[in-house]
Amino acid sequence: MSERGQKLPSDVRVGVYVCHCGVNIAAVVDVRQVAQLARGLPGVVVARDYNYMCSDPGQELIRQDIRDYALNRIVVASCSPHLHEETFRHAAAAGGLNPYLVHMVNIREHVSWVHPDRERATEKACELVRAAVRRVVWHEPLEQARVSIHPDVLVVGGGIAGIHAALTLANAGKRVYLVERQPSIGGHMAMFDKTFPTLDCAACILTPKMSAVQAHPNITLWTLAEVTRVEGYVGNYEVEITRWPRYVREDLCSGCLKCIEACVYKDARFPDEFNLGLSKRKPIYLPFPQAVPQVPVIDPATCIQFKSGKCKKTCVEACGERGAIDLQAVPKVERVRVGSVILATGFQTFDPRRMPEYGYGIYPNVYTSLEVERLVNASGPTGGEIVLRDGRRPQSVGIIHCVGSRDRRHNPWCSRVCCMYSLKLAHLIRERTGAEVFNFYIDMRTPGKGFEEFYQRLLEEGVHFIRGRVAGVSDWALDPSEEGKLVLRVEDTLLGIVRRIPVDMVVLAVGLEPRSDAEELRRLFRVSCSAEGFFLERHPKLAPVSTFAEGVFVAGCCQGPKDIPDTVAQAGAAAAEALALIDRGSIEQEPNTAYVLADHCSACRTCVSLCPYSAISIVGGDGRPHAEINPALCKGCGTCVAACPSGSIRQHLFEDEQIVAEIEGILAGVAGG
Amino acid sequence: MKPKVAFYWCASCGGCEEAVLDLGEDVLPVLEAVEIVFWPVALDWKREDVEALPDGSLAAAFINGAIRTSEQEEMVRLLRRKAQLVFAVGACAQLGGIPGLANLFDREEILEQVYVRVPSVVNPEGIKPSCRWSDGGRQLELPEFWEGVRTLAQVVEVDYALPGCPPTPALLADAVQRLLNGTLPERGSVLAPDHALCQDCPRQASKPDSLVVREFKRPHQAWIDPERCMLAQGFLCLGPATRSGCGARCIHGNMPCTGCFGPTGRVRDFGAKALSGLASIVASQDEKELENIFRGIPDPAGTFYRYSLPSLIGSRKAQS
Amino acid sequence: MKQLADNRAESSNGFEPKIVGFFCNWCTYLAADLAGTSRLHYAPNVRVVRVMCSGRVDPQFVLEAFAKGADGVLIGGCHPGDCHYQEGNYKALRRYVLLRRLLEQLGVEPGRFRLEWISASEGERLRAVINEMVEQVRALGPFRGFNRLPVKLAQLHGQKECSKEPASVETVEL
Repeated sequence: MSERGQKLPSDVRVGVYVCHCGVNIAAVVDVRQVAQLARGLPGVVVARDYNYMCSDPGQELIRQDIRDYALNRIVVASCSPHLHEETFRHAAAAGGLNPYLVHMVNIREHVSWVHPDRERATEKACELVRAAVRRVVWHEPLEQARVSIHPDVLVVGGGIAGIHAALTLANAGKRVYLVERQPSIGGHMAMFDKTFPTLDCAACILTPKMSAVQAHPNITLWTLAEVTRVEGYVGNYEVEITRWPRYVREDLCSGCLKCIEACVYKDARFPDEFNLGLSKRKPIYLPFPQAVPQVPVIDPATCIQFKSGKCKKTCVEACGERGAIDLQAVPKVERVRVGSVILATGFQTFDPRRMPEYGYGIYPNVYTSLEVERLVNASGPTGGEIVLRDGRRPQSVGIIHCVGSRDRRHNPWCSRVCCMYSLKLAHLIRERTGAEVFNFYIDMRTPGKGFEEFYQRLLEEGVHFIRGRVAGVSDWALDPSEEGKLVLRVEDTLLGIVRRIPVDMVVLAVGLEPRSDAEELRRLFRVSCSAEGFFLERHPKLAPVSTFAEGVFVAGCCQGPKDIPDTVAQAGAAAAEALALIDRGSIEQEPNTAYVLADHCSACRTCVSLCPYSAISIVGGDGRPHAEINPALCKGCGTCVAACPSGSIRQHLFEDEQIVAEIEGILAGVAGG
Repeated sequence: MKPKVAFYWCASCGGCEEAVLDLGEDVLPVLEAVEIVFWPVALDWKREDVEALPDGSLAAAFINGAIRTSEQEEMVRLLRRKAQLVFAVGACAQLGGIPGLANLFDREEILEQVYVRVPSVVNPEGIKPSCRWSDGGRQLELPEFWEGVRTLAQVVEVDYALPGCPPTPALLADAVQRLLNGTLPERGSVLAPDHALCQDCPRQASKPDSLVVREFKRPHQAWIDPERCMLAQGFLCLGPATRSGCGARCIHGNMPCTGCFGPTGRVRDFGAKALSGLASIVASQDEKELENIFRGIPDPAGTFYRYSLPSLIGSRKAQS
Repeated sequence: MKQLADNRAESSNGFEPKIVGFFCNWCTYLAADLAGTSRLHYAPNVRVVRVMCSGRVDPQFVLEAFAKGADGVLIGGCHPGDCHYQEGNYKALRRYVLLRRLLEQLGVEPGRFRLEWISASEGERLRAVINEMVEQVRALGPFRGFNRLPVKLAQLHGQKECSKEPASVETVEL
């Protein structure tokens, strides 16, 4: 008998269940052979293979066997535990067994789907099952701990996703902190003129929601603000938000905008960010007419007072005794405690300078689609007039689809919205200017309610569609008809010829990509991202707004390209998930916490600095000092367990004996092992 | 009739025998209570005398040293047969000890080094020891020098272990006392407290709550503050991983613990666990920087397995 | 099982390395799940032990795996900065850097022991790492034990000179 660890329980009765998963497993792995092998393993009382273990009859099989065979350990060899561990734990519990006496073996994702060789896949499955049987012997009944869920919610990002999620939660009576980096909420949607395919005005549907956010008693809105620090875990996040100064006090400003008028700069001279530089603004400005909050902002990079300290400060004068302008304002740090978080940080558009063959930044009449959104917008830089930079109205316009998207050199994915917004812009341009509009597309993708009908309508309106990826845009005229025009060279793949199409204006339908600063935020919240950089959902089908960080949900384009209806639907789903969490009041925690054998601990303090949650402290200072782990703070990573030099820290569900038994089980077939 | 006991030494330095003598006057009551029937280091009995004893007639055999030669193996097998209880005395018997470090090298390498390469050796013909030698009709037979060093428990069943290099006289006296009173714990036990040295370290109070190491110094490289935790000063001290019971003798001598008392009962492999604890508290997250810091440990195997290389996890594999 | 192993030896007529993987629950294990859902085929030589964090990987487990007959050990964790538990992967790195030196001293070739950062989205990378490592270990051949110690000890049984009777060895764990 070894001195270390627990004694092996003698009365172990294991049931092993090998799932066919239809043909998903059974087509590759010889499930009968796996079950047969299991039957011969020490401690195994019953081993079965079954078509769908996760189905009701499958679970009933487990429940019945627990009763009939007095099973006290269960091994299920099926899919990833990330998918069905809960299912089988519940089944065991329903059969009267402690749910933590169950162990899962992943023979689908890790075996049948990746190893086509039947023999070797079966061999691997057998070894994994053998390892699991050896492991489960060491399992012990455990009780779940519960942590309470703080009812407040943080929403990061004030675009349509964040707005909708915040309003949904606030309407349900929850307190919401909405944090937006820009001086106004509204996001990309606020820049659009019309929305496809219904052509309803974006501002008309968005502005009321923006105002509702401002007015809602349950919403605390912080603009010009960023999350700078996150601590804690599901139910109890502590978040630090840094509010950058606006230099105009929101609590005092009446929104009269006299300060802007009074600015010493009589003319707007600086590129207006909201209009993508297509118009100018003053150092003190309102981002756009419907901005929320309706409070001007001072840009210290262009304001004379900030640059030289020698301004007459006419804005301060104009504000008068209201005294809303505060040039001494400093960044302010807010700390809030929330139980859940919704990330709705949106996207950025592809920068077409990365594709110089399309001439963006070289030819002034090459625009991005987002710039054209501003041009067609009634409150945009041209008041809705579509005019070129030289003031001409375009007679012909070429819209290039998939710029940066579906392109191995750049972003391989389809951005989902470009076909539809290109159609919308084509319609608006044709409607407002009567210009000839050419759409250059690879494939038209119009799957959505009313989308295909809209495409048909455009076809009937006389918009031209040329199937082919544009090779380049240039101003080299080969004949007089091309003089003074931008010439698009394209292989028309329907006609099978190379064409040159001269136009006055080129619109680049730029794709959607993850924000370049998403990485920072993702790390703050410990959220994973998919290969392209969009936030990773917990499951693409079954948990599309959850993440692997519990209590953190995603909504909108930060998770992947999507249109407004999908974004709003997802924001609603995220809000619903948060509400479900809040209304449960508390959440069961995986009881995989670490614990100290106090009688054996020597208080060497190796573990204390290792814990990222400060869960470990040294107690008993006067008598016999030893480490102690606060189970409420422990998240179960097991780092301290691996580090403890005297083996005095252990971890539920990941005990040394369990892991070593697993290793031994895997290698039991190796000669000499 | 007084219980009979035997003492024997295998691959060891003799320090464990010294520890018996270090009992000083306390050895007298022991000698009164037991009858020593075999003790090569002190008394002139022969192997034949032991062989003549009935099996199981010894109450206990106290064996120190690791097993390297055929003679050692034969003797411990003999003693195992004769004794009801076998005590592995000292780090060499328990874990392999310093002689166990020889397992880093092949038998041939060792013989080549010792009998040929060492600068002080003059051996132009390169003669190495061999087992049989005949000279003028006389046959000489020497024990075989085997490939590896093994712990006592890897050769015969061991009932109790007395850790240490060497075990303290107090531990020895306590073991004998327990043997006499019949108060020995469960077989297989290590007869020393089952917690790490830090618990009994005179510098325990000086340990910072958050123990972090930025460099590793060796004792000859810097002045050691005699009041402060060695690890907190950057000296590689294995106290956190090492079983207590030594009375912190090295620490009292202002030297860091090198781990001779071996692992606690919950640890499968001393070296791996000691390494884990130590590496975990190094304050760097950068691979290159970590490599640099760990240069302060020039010989990881010799550091973490100084006393326990033959009991390295994999070494048990050969026996199954 | 035995039959299977025999078949395998016959069919491939070569050495199939056995590699134990310690994959963290949140990144590398999920990458393996993703490789599965993406139907990426890769070498079936790795057996995964799931741990919550690469920080849970005790060097004892690594030695245990080698001792019990693994030809290689692969630890998979989250990329630096991505750890689900903030810094567990760095703790794994600290141990890895020292442990690989120790293992080299013990006669474990560097290719047999790897720590890789593989995120939940990197199914393709998981496949590449596993395939590469399997080939690397295949080239190194079967692992024969620390310092060929088992080989040395096995030779004890076959001593020709002097040994009067073959020594049998008993195991007692203390």
